[in-house]
Amino acid sequence: MIEDLEKLRKEAETEIKAAKAEADLSAVRVKFLGRKGLLTQYLRNLGQLSIEEKQLYGKRANEIKDILASSFEEAQGALAALKREDALRREAIDVTLPGRRSGYGRIHPVTQVLEEICAIFSGIGFSIVDGPEIEKDYYNFEALNIPKDHPARDMQDTFYIEETVVLRTHTSPVQIRIMEKQAPPVRIISPGRVYRPDSDVSHTPMFHQVEGLLVDRGVTFGDLKGILDAFLKQIFGEETVIRFRPSYFPFTEPSAEVDIRCVMCKGSGCRICGQSGWLEILGSGMVDPAVFENVGYDPEEFTGFAFGLGVERIAMLKYGITDIRLFFENEWRFLQQF
Amino acid sequence: MQVSLRWLKDYVDIDLTPAEVADCLTMTGLEVDAVREVGPSFNHVVVAKILSIRPHPNADKLHLCDVTTGAETLPIVCGADNIHEGDVVPLARVGATIPGGYTIKRSKLRGEYSDGMLCSEEELAIGEDATGIMILSPDLPLGGDLAEVLDLKDTVFDIGITPNRSDCLSMIGIAREIAALTGRTVRLPEIRFQERDEDIQGLASVQILDPDLCPRYTARMVRNVTVGPSPLWMRLRLEAVGLRSISNVVDVTNFVMMELGQPLHAFDYRFLEENRIVVRRSTQGERFVSLDEKERILKADTLMICDGVKPVAIAGIMGGFNSEIKPDTRDILLESAYFTPSSIRRSARDLGMSTDAAFRFERGIDPEGLVRALDRAAQLTAQLSGGSICRGRIDEHPRQVKTVEEISLRCGRANAVLGTKIPAADMAKILENLGMEVSRKEGGEEEYLVKPPSFRVDITREIDLVEEIARIHGYHHIPVTLPLAGMVPAHRSLRRVLEEKIRNHLTSNGLSEVITYSFISPDAADILALNVEDERRKVVSISNPLTEEQSVMRTTLIYGLLKVMRENVNAGDYNLKIFEFGKIFLQGKPGELPTEKKRLGCLMTGMRDDELWSLGEPGVDFYDLKGCVESLTDSLGLNGVQFRSKARETFLHPGRACGIFLGEKSIGFMGEVHPDVLSRMDLKNRALVFELDVDAISGEVPQSVTYREFSRYPESSRDVAFVIDSTMEVGDMLDMALSTGEDLLERVRIFDVYAGAGIPEGKKSLGLRFTYRSFTATLTDDTVNRVHSTIVQRIVDRTGAQIR
Repeated sequence: MIEDLEKLRKEAETEIKAAKAEADLSAVRVKFLGRKGLLTQYLRNLGQLSIEEKQLYGKRANEIKDILASSFEEAQGALAALKREDALRREAIDVTLPGRRSGYGRIHPVTQVLEEICAIFSGIGFSIVDGPEIEKDYYNFEALNIPKDHPARDMQDTFYIEETVVLRTHTSPVQIRIMEKQAPPVRIISPGRVYRPDSDVSHTPMFHQVEGLLVDRGVTFGDLKGILDAFLKQIFGEETVIRFRPSYFPFTEPSAEVDIRCVMCKGSGCRICGQSGWLEILGSGMVDPAVFENVGYDPEEFTGFAFGLGVERIAMLKYGITDIRLFFENEWRFLQQF
Repeated sequence: MQVSLRWLKDYVDIDLTPAEVADCLTMTGLEVDAVREVGPSFNHVVVAKILSIRPHPNADKLHLCDVTTGAETLPIVCGADNIHEGDVVPLARVGATIPGGYTIKRSKLRGEYSDGMLCSEEELAIGEDATGIMILSPDLPLGGDLAEVLDLKDTVFDIGITPNRSDCLSMIGIAREIAALTGRTVRLPEIRFQERDEDIQGLASVQILDPDLCPRYTARMVRNVTVGPSPLWMRLRLEAVGLRSISNVVDVTNFVMMELGQPLHAFDYRFLEENRIVVRRSTQGERFVSLDEKERILKADTLMICDGVKPVAIAGIMGGFNSEIKPDTRDILLESAYFTPSSIRRSARDLGMSTDAAFRFERGIDPEGLVRALDRAAQLTAQLSGGSICRGRIDEHPRQVKTVEEISLRCGRANAVLGTKIPAADMAKILENLGMEVSRKEGGEEEYLVKPPSFRVDITREIDLVEEIARIHGYHHIPVTLPLAGMVPAHRSLRRVLEEKIRNHLTSNGLSEVITYSFISPDAADILALNVEDERRKVVSISNPLTEEQSVMRTTLIYGLLKVMRENVNAGDYNLKIFEFGKIFLQGKPGELPTEKKRLGCLMTGMRDDELWSLGEPGVDFYDLKGCVESLTDSLGLNGVQFRSKARETFLHPGRACGIFLGEKSIGFMGEVHPDVLSRMDLKNRALVFELDVDAISGEVPQSVTYREFSRYPESSRDVAFVIDSTMEVGDMLDMALSTGEDLLERVRIFDVYAGAGIPEGKKSLGLRFTYRSFTATLTDDTVNRVHSTIVQRIVDRTGAQIR
């Protein structure tokens, strides 16, 4: 009898193992543990036995029933896991296909550089101001100490709307407009579009400038050097070598052209710097007393400095662009790179 | 300006290398743009002596010469007849190259070897004489390199002279600058000549009718000149500075201009009617043929040099064809005058003539340098062309040319402006080296009186002296400091913050920024089919545009964006999502500047997405564009943005466009570009555009968010499908549904728009999902149903819609 029991167990375990699907497994369960199952019947038949036998076989039979029950559970778990794995396998996708995205637009490189410049000057207390792009001759020239019939007008070819109205050739007129409205101290930068009739690899009839102006008591040429030195090192890196050399702008005196050691050749001379080892980056100087007089500031009481820089020029150096016209052709394959 | 180092060395000793000279000039304000080594275009040409000449055995016209270079004797075959035994001549040796790119080889001429070639001036391109072999001075060392012994090599600096430094537009000017920087002195050319007995006063006279424009006019006469080519030294000097040699007489005037900075003119005396010069203004429309044989039509008030009858030169700009120096000219009148800078500048600009003379006059010449230049020119003319100088000179000076007076210099002020501690004595020294007279001011503490030299017309104020001190002291010696200023936070305008927000929003939604020119073609208005009364037709025009295509200021960004699309499509890029921030320009009121308005423009064309594998190939459509506008205005927190189909632009598709409003205020437009516009732009693909008025928006953007409490009770939804006329706008249905004033209705969403099978012709089905929620309780079905049916009934009543 006990042999029958063990045989039943073995038989059940073999069949559990053999079951490959949940349906098979549940058939096995019914066959052995169901209401009419073999083990159930065996247990039912125990009643006919003696008390000793009943105890002996009954205990074992119940043990086996438990063993089989947990085997069933285990097998069922395993089958469910297999089934889930299979289902997941069937859901597999090609992860190398590109993702779906709303696209990633680019900010124009000129704007990027312009914003960087504005951020640097904002950080040291310069307010950002705006002015008209179509400007009176007075603001663009005369108030900046560039009278009519003065050779300094040759420094900037000009688009005219009327005899006394021009497309501004620089953002400098904004400094006049601000000083007319505001008493010192003044600390501003003015970014924007400017226009000069010129078109070749290094000139476009429209480009962007940032003009800066600081007026207060006791402002010196040394301060001009300090501010521009700090600015250029932020833009081009701490190791940038900077030089100031005398130049001429009608609205500043003394005037300085500011060069940096060529970013391409590091000063040994190359095509970019015209073999000089230096790159002209911006124009600057102490505000000419005549300009202060034009806006009603007392040049004995206040001094100040101004500077102007070409945004495209800086962008070209930063990104290694050699033809300025690319900025305004707006080719997708150009814009995409920034 | 091109400056010859060799020429400079005539006036100042220079120990520096060319590179050092360039650096020194650049760092004191005369920017050297380029340094060029120039020299003859030949090499391996040496000085040789002819030892013997005998006839060529096989050719009548050739000679056989033995020629020595000192070290060796070479057989040379030569065809020229001007050579004699003992002549010193240039020999191009085997291996030499001569102008024109010829290389000399050992050759056999009619059976005789020639180990080189004897050269003419013309063959060496150092002169025009091609008639025979160039005969050299017997003093030259045999075997010496010709370029070196004739001193044909030079260094030329290309210097950008700023408009204020008219004193540097000459060799003497640059030499003075170098002398000041190196502590040397300048040697002015020595002027000495003999005068003939005949006095100029009996031969010519000068009458200045307009002393305002010509305060001084001087003249000399040289008689019996022989016009011909200039000697080599003169030609080399002029060529080195970029001038062409013309004739000995004309070359002298150019030479003296380059040497001293004073433009001069030489007239052929025989063409000066009545033997006199009259300086007067032109009359409007007067005609005149200048030296370059072009007829000029003059405006009134152009200063003219005339003889007794007619104009003979445009003062300070160019001489006349009628009085120019000719090969048979015998007597000349030399002019050295001062013309008022602004007058010359105005005339030169009006005439479109930028000459070397005008360039100098309009910047201001040395008012005290006239006579020196005149005498120098007379001296050289006589020397080069064999004429004799008449006694005396004419010097008419009805007005004193204003020269600078003494300027006060406060050394403390100079240091305060510069941020330096330069001692007063050093400042004085710097100014003295620049030729200024410096004296201590009576009673002034460290204060000087400074008188600049007459040629420094740019120095009139104390600040001009400060600049001189700074540049000679050296900008690199000025300490780097930072301004002492109060810590005031920089003002950041709302406009800039707004623009940054918009830019960031659009780029993160896949749009890229472009920047196009502010000027466009005047055809744009027609291409966009703007109505005749549209204010965007009233463009601001540029009077001197570079091209017609760039001749008017834009009044909309759309045209520029379409052009960007065309460029890209032509380059094979069909998918574009771009935007631009920029101003448009509208005519202002008379007497006022044009109105400038900030706009945001956007264009989309091509595929919705670059990736095609998952989506098929849907092109962007109106709703992509609208989604872009909506998400933008949402992100800015704009409340009450409306899209009205009644406000349309002529250049947009009549059925796929709308105006964008904020409340009752128009803030822009959007839609598909009209196919006619596309075809006028040569575009085939559909494009969608919008333009927003940034100025109009910027005042409406809330600066901060105020939190509103939200309900924590669950929502309950009901779906309804209405069948309505297909022309009815969904927007109206939504407005109606939302305007029922029912508190419990939270929102209405569209889940389906359908027309086709099952729906009658001319109708469409609109599926709306109504969502209800209460602030105070979970809604029961009964409550929702009651409210919902009221709303639906109201819609049905108002629109005649049917429930599907």
